[in-house]
Amino acid sequence: MIKKIEAIIQPFKLDEVKEALRAIGVDGMTILEVRGHGRQRGHTEIYRGQEYQVDLLPKIKLEIVAPHNRVEQIATALIHAARTGSIGDGKIFVSDIAEAIRIRNEDRGEDAL
Amino acid sequence: MRIKRLRLTIASVASLLFCGLAAAQGTSEAAVKAAQSAGDNAWMLTSTALVLLMTGPGLALFYGGLVRKKNVLGTMLQSFVLMALVTVLWVIFGYSLAFGEGLPVIGNLRYALFSGVGGVPNPDYAPTIPQQTFAMFQLMFAIITPALISGAFAERMKFSSMLLFMTLWLTIVYLPLAHMVWGKAGLLNAFSGGRFPCLDFAGGTVVHISSGVSALVCALYLGKRKGYPSELMKPHNLVLSVIGACLLWVGWFGFNAGSALAASALATSAFVATHVAAAAATLGWLVAEWIMLGKPTMLGAISGAVAGLVAITPASGFVTPGPALLIGIAAGVVCFLMVSKVKQRFGYDDSLDAFGVHGAGGTLGAILTGVFATNLVNDGLKDSAGKALPLGLIDGNPMQVAYQCIGVLISWALAAVGTIVILKICDAVLGVRVDPVHEEQGLDLALHGEEAYAFEPERS
Repeated sequence: MIKKIEAIIQPFKLDEVKEALRAIGVDGMTILEVRGHGRQRGHTEIYRGQEYQVDLLPKIKLEIVAPHNRVEQIATALIHAARTGSIGDGKIFVSDIAEAIRIRNEDRGEDAL
Repeated sequence: MRIKRLRLTIASVASLLFCGLAAAQGTSEAAVKAAQSAGDNAWMLTSTALVLLMTGPGLALFYGGLVRKKNVLGTMLQSFVLMALVTVLWVIFGYSLAFGEGLPVIGNLRYALFSGVGGVPNPDYAPTIPQQTFAMFQLMFAIITPALISGAFAERMKFSSMLLFMTLWLTIVYLPLAHMVWGKAGLLNAFSGGRFPCLDFAGGTVVHISSGVSALVCALYLGKRKGYPSELMKPHNLVLSVIGACLLWVGWFGFNAGSALAASALATSAFVATHVAAAAATLGWLVAEWIMLGKPTMLGAISGAVAGLVAITPASGFVTPGPALLIGIAAGVVCFLMVSKVKQRFGYDDSLDAFGVHGAGGTLGAILTGVFATNLVNDGLKDSAGKALPLGLIDGNPMQVAYQCIGVLISWALAAVGTIVILKICDAVLGVRVDPVHEEQGLDLALHGEEAYAFEPERS
């Protein structure tokens, strides 16, 4: 069984998260610069008295595909590294992956990870 | 052979020295005058360049940073192209209609194509510098004034229509007003026997009220930008605006201190008043927004500085540093209230606050000039016995405040009526507003076929 772990984190936490994942032997990940909001609901900016509600904030989305038995360890490392304790720290989603194929040599399944 | 040549050289040096000394003794007065004239001309050429610096890059960066990313080039081009367009118009007829002696409200065509405008000073305006220097200095004012208006119709006016608008505006609004206030025998010229003697050292009425009021008319006539005020239209790059504002501040020394038209103590006094007012206004705006909106902002600081520079412009050559501080603080607070409260209350879309800063700041400065002007700073007005006449209210001349108000009213009226007429003409001939699709797409791409930023990662 292969799982995909998607973590949405604060951009400034990326380096700490990468470090923590490397420390537990995760050697592949994809990073996307995204925008969004959860309960944090953005913030207000004021330009010459004109207020703007900025509700979509820049975030980093990390994608890691890993064998199911490593999911707990990866999630724990992510949580510890990405947490500040305040609202807006992000979320982790875990889902099933039907198949993985390495383009170079057509390895399949866990061998392809 | 060699000795002979040496002897010859010694002889010629000695004779040259002798001739030089004799000439210096005989015409020392002329030599002093020549040196002063050289000094004045050096300062005025420098000031002329400083005032051009205010439009490009100063205003182009200031305005360019405030618009959205898709309109930055179109906005900067509006400032830049005026450096070209106004120069051409100025040489052909602009300088002459502003400064040729004609009627009290408009000049004649005696200087058309700069004929008769050369190295010889024009004693009516600046007796120690070539008239060409004076004409170029004034040209830089004529460039930045219409460029200021572009802040009101940013992000939605047709480029073709803007060119027509600016050509007509310069001719119908700017040249008559410049003539009235600064031209020989102009209606409002206090130093040339004007009917209503108005004090405007560097352009509170001619530059800032005229552009600011016209800006408001343009904003009302063109209507709001698509999506204003519900959509996010925040400045795309405030760093550009900060650089632009700093260049405006520096260039303003040429604008105000240069308006002394000589490298004189009056120029220094105007320099001091200018700097002091800009500093006070920066703090005035910052503190006002800190108290009323909770946070001091970079945009607030630079807006305050420009507001102070605007307000001190008419007063710069007439006031001591104390009143300059007061004028600055007042401008910072008043202009902040204009753009953050009054504009929202009435709901007009003066996109970059040309009216809130230049119209309001210019009016405030013009009236306060009548209060604080003093002959301790400027003794240019003398009675028949050669005694300096009182200038403002604090000199014991309360009538000056009334004359300042008349000057303000005439400037407001000419700018408002002239701009409406010009907009009607432009609308009938070319249409003033861009196609809604183009507005959405952005003027850079739609009107000019280019984009400011190419930050996509390269694919190798």
